[in-house]
Amino acid sequence: MKSRNLIIGGLLTAIFLTEALISFVWTPFDVTQMNISSKLKTPNGTNWLGTDHFGRDIFSMIMVGARTSIAVALVAVSIGMFIGVPLGLAAAARQGSLLDEVIMRGNDLVFAFPSLVIAILITAVFGPGAVNAIIAIGIFNIPVFARLTRGAALPLWQREFIMAARVAGKGSSRISLEHILPNVTNLLIVQGTIQFSLGILAEAGLSYVGLGAQPPLPSWGRMLADAQTMVSFAPHLALIPGGAIILTVLGLNLMGDGLRDLLDPRIRVDRT
Amino acid sequence: MSLLSIQNLKLSIHGTPILKGVSLDVAQGEIVAITGESGSGKSLTAFSVMQLLPRGTGTTGSIQLDGTELLNASDAAMCDLRGNDIGMVFQEPMTALNPLMTIGDQVMETILLHTSATRDEARIKAEETLTRVGLSPEKFKLSRFPHELSGGQRQRVVIAMAIALRPRLLIADEPTTALDVTTQAQILDLLKDLVQDFGMGLLMITHDLAVVSDMADRIVVMRHGDVVETGETSTLFSNMQHDYTRALFAASSHEVDLPDNTRPDDALLVVKDAVRDYPKPRTQLFAPREYTRAVNGISFTLKKGERIGLVGESGCGKSTLTRAILGLEPLQGGSITAFGEEVAPDMPAALRAGLQVVFQDPYGSFNPRHKVARIVTEPFHLLPDPPKGKDRQNRISEALIAVGLRPSDADKYIHAFSGGQRQRIAIARALIIRPELIIFDEAVSALDVSIRAQILDLIAALTQSHDLSYLFISHDLSVVRTITDRVLVMKDGQIVEDGPTEHVFSHPKHPYTASLIAAAPTLPDVKGPINVPT
Amino acid sequence: MLRYSLKRLLSLVISLIIASLVIFLVIEVAPGDPASFMLGINAQEDTLNALREELGLNQSKFERYVSWSKGMLLGDFGTSYTYRTPVAQMVADRLWVSLPLALYALALSTIIAFPAGIYAASRRGGAGDVSIMGATQLGVAIPNFWFAMMLVLVFAINLRWFSAGGFPGWEEGFFNGIKALTLPAIALALPQAAILARVMRSSLLDILNEDFIRTARAKGLSRRQALWRHALRNALIPVLTIIGLQFSFLLAGSIIIEQVFYLPGLGRLVFQSISQRDLIVVESVVMLLVFAVIVVNFIVDLAYAWVDPRLRSRS
Repeated sequence: MKSRNLIIGGLLTAIFLTEALISFVWTPFDVTQMNISSKLKTPNGTNWLGTDHFGRDIFSMIMVGARTSIAVALVAVSIGMFIGVPLGLAAAARQGSLLDEVIMRGNDLVFAFPSLVIAILITAVFGPGAVNAIIAIGIFNIPVFARLTRGAALPLWQREFIMAARVAGKGSSRISLEHILPNVTNLLIVQGTIQFSLGILAEAGLSYVGLGAQPPLPSWGRMLADAQTMVSFAPHLALIPGGAIILTVLGLNLMGDGLRDLLDPRIRVDRT
Repeated sequence: MSLLSIQNLKLSIHGTPILKGVSLDVAQGEIVAITGESGSGKSLTAFSVMQLLPRGTGTTGSIQLDGTELLNASDAAMCDLRGNDIGMVFQEPMTALNPLMTIGDQVMETILLHTSATRDEARIKAEETLTRVGLSPEKFKLSRFPHELSGGQRQRVVIAMAIALRPRLLIADEPTTALDVTTQAQILDLLKDLVQDFGMGLLMITHDLAVVSDMADRIVVMRHGDVVETGETSTLFSNMQHDYTRALFAASSHEVDLPDNTRPDDALLVVKDAVRDYPKPRTQLFAPREYTRAVNGISFTLKKGERIGLVGESGCGKSTLTRAILGLEPLQGGSITAFGEEVAPDMPAALRAGLQVVFQDPYGSFNPRHKVARIVTEPFHLLPDPPKGKDRQNRISEALIAVGLRPSDADKYIHAFSGGQRQRIAIARALIIRPELIIFDEAVSALDVSIRAQILDLIAALTQSHDLSYLFISHDLSVVRTITDRVLVMKDGQIVEDGPTEHVFSHPKHPYTASLIAAAPTLPDVKGPINVPT
Repeated sequence: MLRYSLKRLLSLVISLIIASLVIFLVIEVAPGDPASFMLGINAQEDTLNALREELGLNQSKFERYVSWSKGMLLGDFGTSYTYRTPVAQMVADRLWVSLPLALYALALSTIIAFPAGIYAASRRGGAGDVSIMGATQLGVAIPNFWFAMMLVLVFAINLRWFSAGGFPGWEEGFFNGIKALTLPAIALALPQAAILARVMRSSLLDILNEDFIRTARAKGLSRRQALWRHALRNALIPVLTIIGLQFSFLLAGSIIIEQVFYLPGLGRLVFQSISQRDLIVVESVVMLLVFAVIVVNFIVDLAYAWVDPRLRSRS
């Protein structure tokens, strides 16, 4: 059971990752090339997953879309981690201090702006685009990691090995790096996987409402938006990108669960 | 016929045998104690009687209560028996009660579950029961929540729940292990009293031989899932048959050979009128913070070569004082000086290097991701020029050998070591920069008696070879008595008594010291030398 | 309890003030002059100035923040740059779609998740648990707007049980309104229900491992009784947190789902306003959403204290 989650999840993730990487050098068709004569084809020998209303090859679009989704989610999670984890470590190191209070209240405040609301604000000011989607999802990830890190670090600060390090004259930043961080890494890896999958969902949602990646860059969310009016007579336009999103997210979630079981079964993940 | 009869009980968890044929009896009105070290299977034996075993447990043999077979009885049948015919008291009073339910509701639940009493009748009965266990409803309203009670009071609530319906058998699993010594004495008295009053059988599980000798009519000694010896308390202690029983007894009353303290001269540590306050959680948003005074004007001096004990019950402020002496937290008044310099959180590394510490928890004292070499060399951080290469290797080997480990152990991770070995590593870490003064903070409290005896011997030996001076903080009077030559007794943030250890123990001046000593359970004196197998 | 509530209330007010400042400042940095945007490129300088005066654009930033936030408090959200109608009226109309939709979805999510989570926890490792957990694993992975499209395809286009979109308005009767919101609510609720069921299950399993459950069993409670009488209430504490967070997701999610079903809610209003650069409307809607989230979190905080006596007495 344990390894099964990891294997299936890892496999699914690997498939989409490879797809995204290959898309940089090769796609079956050019995704920007329209070919009205062969539009709305169902999956066949030439266009493995069919074509859309402009006759573009869906398989190629899925490959490039994977690149967009993964890039947006990866960068967003990295923003969340690189800012959130140090904030969480700092807050835990000075529990109850003004710094801790400010960081935690700031977190609460960001939580009041769901990533979609942040995206709306940013788009209203700077216009839509993939970079703004990354920022919106990334900002929302900061409190997730800050809170998680602080929560895991606080009980560690009560442990005797931290006291021993303090008796050995080590300061709080050094202890945070040497003793706290390595002991929360497993947790961060697992939560990072989950946030990655949530990032892909969020990117799809933003692209769907037109706040994400802009044409001509294909993205799964916008493929679905385009499919909406045609779903009754060309359901494959909706089924295929939808399936891609579900399988990627499922793969990442399964991998997260598998990693948790492998690294430390006591880890609790936050999936919201 | 006996009330409870366990015959040839075998138990395995996921196929690993844990109990290998346990047999014992408890008669009506009798107190039977199962004792043994961790891993002996004593608690699982108790939980087998309740049929509350972890998943994946397989049992064979027989457990009969008044002739009714309990082993593999249906859960519905067991539910009728539990709380009604068999009551149980647990080790951890802090977590044994539902935090969201009032104590009254929790006691009433037992009554409502097994009888046809109305809520009003159950309330009256719950009040009676709580009064019986020493929590009169005038002082402890039924509407109180567990978090409003102390550990000892919560344990009384647990006992009330267990005895509300006067069960025939009461099982107590380490009922006083988590409690202070004076509270322990009160709870043990209460249990003894209840057994006499109700004519219950009491099956008590404890690791503490001294508790056993005070309480039990009969003793069952277990080891690695086997019963090694059973007998009447009086005869068992005077005529121990099994080597393990003798070893256990010897370890429990172990005395170390502490070298004479020849030259107490220069003061190493001077604590003068030390005051340490803790901020309370704010009760009002803009009201000024209120403080709890954990250490309230403590003064003492530790001279070179002295081995001082600091005893007190939980909450007396000894941990707070320890952290202040280690320079981890600032004082609000008075001063602490070590080797003539002021101890404070920002003190220089050189001063810190003179003060090292050994903590209680052999499992929490080490970063699980580091190897032993990195762990024991952590204090090198305090040296201006830490040893490197060959020199470093030698220092590690030296420290490990000094505590009875092998130099090759340096390359292992901490999880490869047992609790006793870990405590040796903790001592090696404290020794490696050759500090002037070591603080032992409950350093042997989490260990089994036989391991504890070995670590105490090690400390005594190191005192001889390394010229140690130390402050030994403990709640365990018998340990402090043997490992120190001066003792400080602490209560409510103050030192109430200070004197030579033997003198304080034999002639306590302060009534609190006297009550502590009186409350501590003691082993019976056994005539003649005990033959300890080696 | 009163003290605890007041403390929470104060932190609510502070959050609101900071959030409103953030929103105001972000909108402030937006390039472009609303007045010239409204009047077109050929407008005269003096007409522009008159409009700026009318909109209060000539005041200092601080004065504008004060009058904006004062207006928000009194229910005056300003005037739409595009439509020249009060924003409050526009928002209120849309709110009557978005808010019921979010609440409907929250109710559905809870109604589905609680039994599923409790059942799975009580049958831990059994076939029921494994299948529920498998379903939730899938549910968590499904984007709600895609699920909405599939619901339309199946229940509106093929089966014709529901209309594919649009909202008749509450004047057409409560039942018709609810019917129009049913598919959107299901689409919103199911992925959230999957999350909630997982949290419910793991929280219950944690509590079932606690010492006091063993104490309850030692009293003679059956496994089921221990779960219902002792574990459930304790397990509710983390679940409440998630429900609170979910409300904000549902409200935000409803903005997306409205696109699928062509519902005249806040989402439509917001996207329209963004494309028309009607920033005062965006500002008001975002502030309203944030206000809703902060208020819901306040309610969740109060619910904690209701569940947990330790919180009640601590402050």
